[in-house]
Amino acid sequence: MAWMQLTRKMKLPEAKSYVAAKLKIDVNQLADEEIMRGIREDLGIGMITSVAGSPKGIRAKIKIAELLEIPINSVTLFKSQLGDSLK
Amino acid sequence: MSKEMLTRMGDGERVPTTLEELREDIAAGTEDAARKGKIPPLNAEDQQLLLEIMADPAKFVSVKPGEEVIVTDDGGTMSFYTCQDGGGVGIPLSRLQAILTYERACAADTVSMGHSDYSYKPVKPIINFEMNDYYNISMQTTVPFFYGAQPNLGLYYQPDGPCPNPADLMPMGKIKEARESQEQAAAYLEKDLVFVAEKLASVGCEGINLDTSGSAGDADFLAALNSVRRIKQKLPHMPVIMGSANEFILGMHGAVTFDGQRLAGMYPHKQVKVVEAAGADIFGVAVGTNTSESTAWNLARTLTFIKETVKEASIPVHCNVGMGVGGVPMMESPPPDMVSRVSRALAQIGKIDGL
Repeated sequence: MAWMQLTRKMKLPEAKSYVAAKLKIDVNQLADEEIMRGIREDLGIGMITSVAGSPKGIRAKIKIAELLEIPINSVTLFKSQLGDSLK
Repeated sequence: MSKEMLTRMGDGERVPTTLEELREDIAAGTEDAARKGKIPPLNAEDQQLLLEIMADPAKFVSVKPGEEVIVTDDGGTMSFYTCQDGGGVGIPLSRLQAILTYERACAADTVSMGHSDYSYKPVKPIINFEMNDYYNISMQTTVPFFYGAQPNLGLYYQPDGPCPNPADLMPMGKIKEARESQEQAAAYLEKDLVFVAEKLASVGCEGINLDTSGSAGDADFLAALNSVRRIKQKLPHMPVIMGSANEFILGMHGAVTFDGQRLAGMYPHKQVKVVEAAGADIFGVAVGTNTSESTAWNLARTLTFIKETVKEASIPVHCNVGMGVGGVPMMESPPPDMVSRVSRALAQIGKIDGL
């Protein structure tokens, strides 16, 4: 929701609807810890607890940017630095 | 009627109260805001809900599922490692450790970093250090990660800065000179704000926070607005949060304008429109706490300003909530009983987009 407010100036209800649609869940499931734990792990967008090898930080943010279709500046810089390595 | 419940004053003192006293304080608080801001008071339904929130017998209250809001901060993680002066608990963590602890152990929605001297002027000479830390930390954070500081125009006045101090000039009747000094200082501040933003953008900064804009008055607010406009023109993908310092902009200069609108005396529902026009992505409303009034009075007042601001805003509105602001008592460790009531009321009545 925070990413949508920052990158698209979405007010909270619109941000919740947008993110819920991207995650293919209902809006009222966004704050359901049990449902979100599984979704975050499956999509690799970062979890609270630390599972070895599970995406965190820039790795998770790359996936978040793709999922939400938004620019995240640290991701843009990261990709530019990798250049042809990603191809 | 006997005193049946406990509440707090704006200075945090716990006092006994009654339902009728709470009702009166709510009515008085909203009237105060309505009169000063020339905006509608809270309606009967909102006042009743606020009364129920304040009179709830539980120590800690919350919203219903689905009403959750997000949280941004102004260098909140400094509270881990700073001393009492900064409201901190003195744990010797690095900025990286503090930020990751807040993100993961406290499940933060967003995180931020800033200079210990949380103003933009002292950041400029050490910008490379800040860029280095920001870059390293951003590789490890998952949630949105801001760089924040305060414009603090006052640092550009003598003895701390180059410009003659308006506080010295005005008592001498040198109003013209005082205004010229503020305009010069604002130009320096604007240049520094844009410089810092550009440097941080080069290391992938995910967002910048201009906290307490207008703390030194209308020229301070103008510098922030102008810098936001320039930042968004040069760096269209740099998210900007612009937060205000007070519920009205102090007219230290009195005549500065933005897009033809005089800034002095603006209340939040007008502040948000100029902040939007400048191009900011989120607006942070600040409403100061009156320590002589009750939390019910202060919260009703805050909600009155907030509700009108949210109604007028086209961008997300976050309410500044902390010691002495947003209705929270002014005390070193803001008590959860009142912080939770403020948070719930802002979400359910104020319809804010974030805290």
